[in-house]
Amino acid sequence: MPGKLKAKIVAGRHLPVMDRASDLTDAFVEVKFGNTTFKTDVYPKSLNPQWNSEWFKFEVDDEDLQDEPLQITVLDHDTYSANDAIGKVYIDIDPLLSSEAATVISGWFPIYDTIHGIRGEINVLVKVDLFNDLNRFRQSSCGVKFFCTTSIPRCYRAALVHGFVEELVVNEDPEYQWIDRIRTPRASNEARQRLISLMSGELQRKIGLKVLEMGGNAVVGYLQCFDLEGESGLVVRAIGTACTLDKLIPGTEIKESPLAHGCRSSHNSPVHSACSSQRLSHSQNFSVSVPTLVFTGTGGSPRICEFPFFTLTCFPPGFLVHIGGVVSARSVKLLDRIHNPDEPETRDAWWEEIRQEIKSHAKALGCHAVVGYSESTTICEEVCILSASGTAAMLNPRFMREGSVCVYSRFDDASPPSCGFCHIPYDEFNMPFPAQLTYCYHCRRQKVPDVLFTTIDLPAEAAVTGKGCLIQARLCRTKKKAQGEVNATAISNLLPFMEYELHTQLMNKLKLRCMNALFGLRIQISVGENMLLGLASATGVYLSALPAPGGIQIAGKTPSDLSYDQHISTMQKRINDTIVMNKELYNIHPPECIEEVVGSPIPDRQRSRLFRSTSESSDELSELDLSHGKKDAFVLEIDDTDAVEDIQSLLTDAPIPAGFYSCNTEVMPGIYNWTSGLQMFTSVRVYRLNNANLTNQGLNKIFTDLCENLLKSLYFKLRSMIPCCLCHLNFTVAVPEEELIQVRRHTPKNTSPILSIFPRNILVSIRELEFSVCFCFPGSGENEEQLQFSMELCGESTSSNNQPTAKASVSSVDYGSFADRCSTWLELLRLKAHTIRRGSVKTKVRSRSLRSTRSLPCGAPVTVVKMTPLSFLPRTRIVKYLGIINMFFIRETTSLREEGGVSGFLHSFIAEVFAMVRAHVAALGGNAVVSYSMKECVFMENPNKNQAQCLINVSGDAVIFVRESDQEAIPPLITSGQTSTTGADGTT
Amino acid sequence: MPCYWWRDHGTWCSVLPAFCQPVSDAVKVRMDEGALLECEANPEVLTSDTMDQFRTFQMCERLLHSPTKLGSQLLYQIPAQNQIILIERYYEFDSVFAREVLGKKLSKGTKKDLDDISCKTGITLKSCRRQFDNFKRVFKVVEELKGPLVENIQRHFLLSDTLARDYAAIVFFANSRFETGKRKLQYLSFQDFAFCAGQLISYWTIGAMDSMMEDMDVDLEKEFLNELKDLKVLVNDKDMMDQHKILVCAALRGKIKVYKLMEVNFKNLSRALINLASKLTHTKDVRDLFIDLVEKFIEPCRYDRWTVAEITLFLTHYTNAAHCLGTFRHQMIWDRYMGVIKSCILQMYHE
Repeated sequence: MPGKLKAKIVAGRHLPVMDRASDLTDAFVEVKFGNTTFKTDVYPKSLNPQWNSEWFKFEVDDEDLQDEPLQITVLDHDTYSANDAIGKVYIDIDPLLSSEAATVISGWFPIYDTIHGIRGEINVLVKVDLFNDLNRFRQSSCGVKFFCTTSIPRCYRAALVHGFVEELVVNEDPEYQWIDRIRTPRASNEARQRLISLMSGELQRKIGLKVLEMGGNAVVGYLQCFDLEGESGLVVRAIGTACTLDKLIPGTEIKESPLAHGCRSSHNSPVHSACSSQRLSHSQNFSVSVPTLVFTGTGGSPRICEFPFFTLTCFPPGFLVHIGGVVSARSVKLLDRIHNPDEPETRDAWWEEIRQEIKSHAKALGCHAVVGYSESTTICEEVCILSASGTAAMLNPRFMREGSVCVYSRFDDASPPSCGFCHIPYDEFNMPFPAQLTYCYHCRRQKVPDVLFTTIDLPAEAAVTGKGCLIQARLCRTKKKAQGEVNATAISNLLPFMEYELHTQLMNKLKLRCMNALFGLRIQISVGENMLLGLASATGVYLSALPAPGGIQIAGKTPSDLSYDQHISTMQKRINDTIVMNKELYNIHPPECIEEVVGSPIPDRQRSRLFRSTSESSDELSELDLSHGKKDAFVLEIDDTDAVEDIQSLLTDAPIPAGFYSCNTEVMPGIYNWTSGLQMFTSVRVYRLNNANLTNQGLNKIFTDLCENLLKSLYFKLRSMIPCCLCHLNFTVAVPEEELIQVRRHTPKNTSPILSIFPRNILVSIRELEFSVCFCFPGSGENEEQLQFSMELCGESTSSNNQPTAKASVSSVDYGSFADRCSTWLELLRLKAHTIRRGSVKTKVRSRSLRSTRSLPCGAPVTVVKMTPLSFLPRTRIVKYLGIINMFFIRETTSLREEGGVSGFLHSFIAEVFAMVRAHVAALGGNAVVSYSMKECVFMENPNKNQAQCLINVSGDAVIFVRESDQEAIPPLITSGQTSTTGADGTT
Repeated sequence: MPCYWWRDHGTWCSVLPAFCQPVSDAVKVRMDEGALLECEANPEVLTSDTMDQFRTFQMCERLLHSPTKLGSQLLYQIPAQNQIILIERYYEFDSVFAREVLGKKLSKGTKKDLDDISCKTGITLKSCRRQFDNFKRVFKVVEELKGPLVENIQRHFLLSDTLARDYAAIVFFANSRFETGKRKLQYLSFQDFAFCAGQLISYWTIGAMDSMMEDMDVDLEKEFLNELKDLKVLVNDKDMMDQHKILVCAALRGKIKVYKLMEVNFKNLSRALINLASKLTHTKDVRDLFIDLVEKFIEPCRYDRWTVAEITLFLTHYTNAAHCLGTFRHQMIWDRYMGVIKSCILQMYHE
């Protein structure tokens, strides 16, 4: 009985009218935890009830505290009929269980209903009294901290990194239970929301247990996903990196490096991690991956390793010794072949298989660890593709706990930090794949490859020439409709080719930009009924340590034809021009290196290596050499239409407009002067293809245009904000299932220009994307210029100060994005109506608002909560981590058209999700969410019935931050308003 | 002016096709403005961007209907300054439009006339509807409230002082249903009427005299209007009228060019103003206040080519002279009446 949960319902506001007769509501609240329910009194006839309830006390096990959410239901009392539910609030009380995090949850929460959305707000107070219980056999793991951040959190120091933790729980999906036939959609949605909340609580607790067994106290890079397998169940799985974190006391400088050898012994735990998980699997009857492989390091004595995987993408200095390259594995599975779908064993075995494969790939690259590791799935009907990828690397063993990673013998060659990680980890004479090596351009002592692909962030100490940029490869492949095994075979046959082509595209685009390394590589393959989509995004950079990339040469197959030759030479010229232009654009001016010390006899070839293999349900491993078979300079041969298309796509990539930078990593390589202005955007796009038999090329074109347009519309939206940088651009593609598509047989030519560009059918793909916009200022102009954005709104007085660069004409229209949307709009229509009046009125309003000291009503202003997918906020210091935010929402509508179609529906849903996330963070006492990500956004639609459903899963870390200096007091315009902006942008 | 508006869920279906119209119009306007030249935009991007903004606006609009909620709602994180601007912009109106609805009942019937107003003023129908709905919404809220009108409007709609005053005028006119539509009144602008309304609110309502009075600002003070009957003595009493004339003439001799005409017309002018005052007990005559002022006073003066300065002088002395009449005992009422009438006439005396 180690915990007492206390909750108090204070008040409600803006409640909906539930009684049409009186236009009022008789509201009361049910507070439920586990199986205990309390009720408040009915507060009659008010839309702003003041319950001011007593403290409701729940005495519960800490196991339950971790698993269960506190469930608050607001109802309308009805004397004659059943009480109507207004909505619910789920509060995850996990943050209260850790001593360092929040102590109380208190604030206004939006009342959410899965059919109606947000309906008013409720003020709640929650506290937990925990009794210390040192039961060795306890099932709870209170106190283990979780972080979504994939680096060591800012106010902590990593004493030890223990290694990989994973867990998976399975349950029946409420939507597929027999009872779903008779219950309301609302009940079904709520059952699902509650179940997922419970399952993620359980998952977190189990992972916490593993961490405790390993002797750690935190999980960093916690990545939780759910798979909606349909009939076979609902899977929630998570991976993370177990660490022992020490809190840094602000102000004290840590001089002693965390590498001190003493650490190792001080943290010894009686059980080895490997054994512990084994024991766990017996005692609790749930499966974990059992260590099966004994890995022998090159130098050290044989040790037992489980999976030496790290979900981190950013490391403390010195942690990363060498990087081998990207390793990835995919596997196609049939969900209807699972023997007992309710048990996790089968899925555990699948993942186990994939991880083994990754590990063996890493081993082949001479590496003993995989960093930047992530796992994902894509499901279409009964076919499921499991993917895992990471970066093979050598790590500094002094950070590790004994046994988690094997010691690397050659560790003591002191490589300079700025280039050490580029040096090859594998044996030069026994290379895993043909590669061209040169001596490092930085230290001239070690060999480096000529191209490096990784899934991690650019190490802070790396030497980079010029700036980085976002590089994307996009690919569509059609496939025949098929069932079961045939389908799975078809898919697994296609996969290698897709990977190959994505890889080629990436390589070409990299060369075209005159860069030699990719960071943050993320390849997503989604499967649909009759097509496969591949999208690879990464940030290209020019690493100073690596050799300059050669150009691209085009070779024709039939040199006899004169016009053909001419065609080729013009193409070649265009490519060369583009390379020169890009060099200028990205400011890449490497020091000319003449001496061509080639260490390997193998001539110039493409060699960053992607190990992949596909296995259908069987275990056959197939390896594919992704390097091009050409023996001479990097040549693109135009021998068929495919190649022409390749080159076309290479050249049609629209250049980024001036003043914009984009990358998918946390920080933009080559840009260092950030301002604290930051905002986040989420944009979802739904696209319908017509029924025509599209070819691969046609599809590719459409897909590429879609991506390009998405980027373009972002640039367009932000045009008044330049210079700015789009960081952590995260694309997700999905091809929803067939059933919803089949319904849409009717093909009305939609009159609206935006609602559909093609007559509807065949394929719906959802694209979702989130990223952070950071404002940066190239050159020196610091504070004054900085104000330019923030003050734009506040009136003439300031805008006149920073005249020289201010784009007066534009800025007057756009007030930062939120206001932007409305005001540009207002402006626009005003313009339409009264061209003459416009100027005078505007200034009037502005000066008025400047003077205006009218405070807005309703007492305390709503706390401003920033949201960002980055793990930090530029120019601020995170002082406290308050706990993980992991929320799951379902929204359903039976009046899709009335809510503004797909776009309107998604737009408002995402805005609501944001509001709920912010409210939870504010209630914890935080003022920002970092490492925010929308893990899942599943959209389903049935236009015939005018219905749609959307599931969203978001996660992040709630934090308190403070500005680094008070002088930098940025008016709230920039700092706050933008986060609220939901660019739910839909094309139906 | 924002012209898209969201009525309620029920009518949305029928509105949907119309929704596309403003979007494509807006896109066209933006294209003409040269938006495509920026950031390599193409029509598709521009359309989607515009659509996006319409959607955002549509979601905000619901909040803008009760601005006080905007500050406490959690759905949008809008900085305070932006909130103020949003509200201000949303509640702004075209004075041309306001002039048309001024004094009309803010009801369904009038709403039907919006088509005509739209044609007449060149303001889009949607914009007209928004403005009309704003008027109506403000009217509904403050109609029954006690206390000063302008403050009530400011408290419930968070408008700036100037805008709140304009709304107060509109509410005031709509409540008293002043006649403003007659052809002879067409030359008067919204600003003219708003000024007059301000005067009436400030001096002729109950709230005007007694700020502690917990009553409405919307209605003219009945008691005062009754007392105005007493002013009749100024025209009914022959002696008093003559004496009044002598005093005014003495003061104005040589100071105004139209002296001769003034001397001839004095009695008519005086009678016009006094009769107007005495009639105000009838609601019908209150409504005709402005048309009466124009017909009985302003037009004769204009016919005789009085200048504004001359009218100012005349009215000043006309008011002051009454104080010197030994037998005239209604000084307070007189000042309260003439003060407003004078400033209204001066505001209204132009081409």
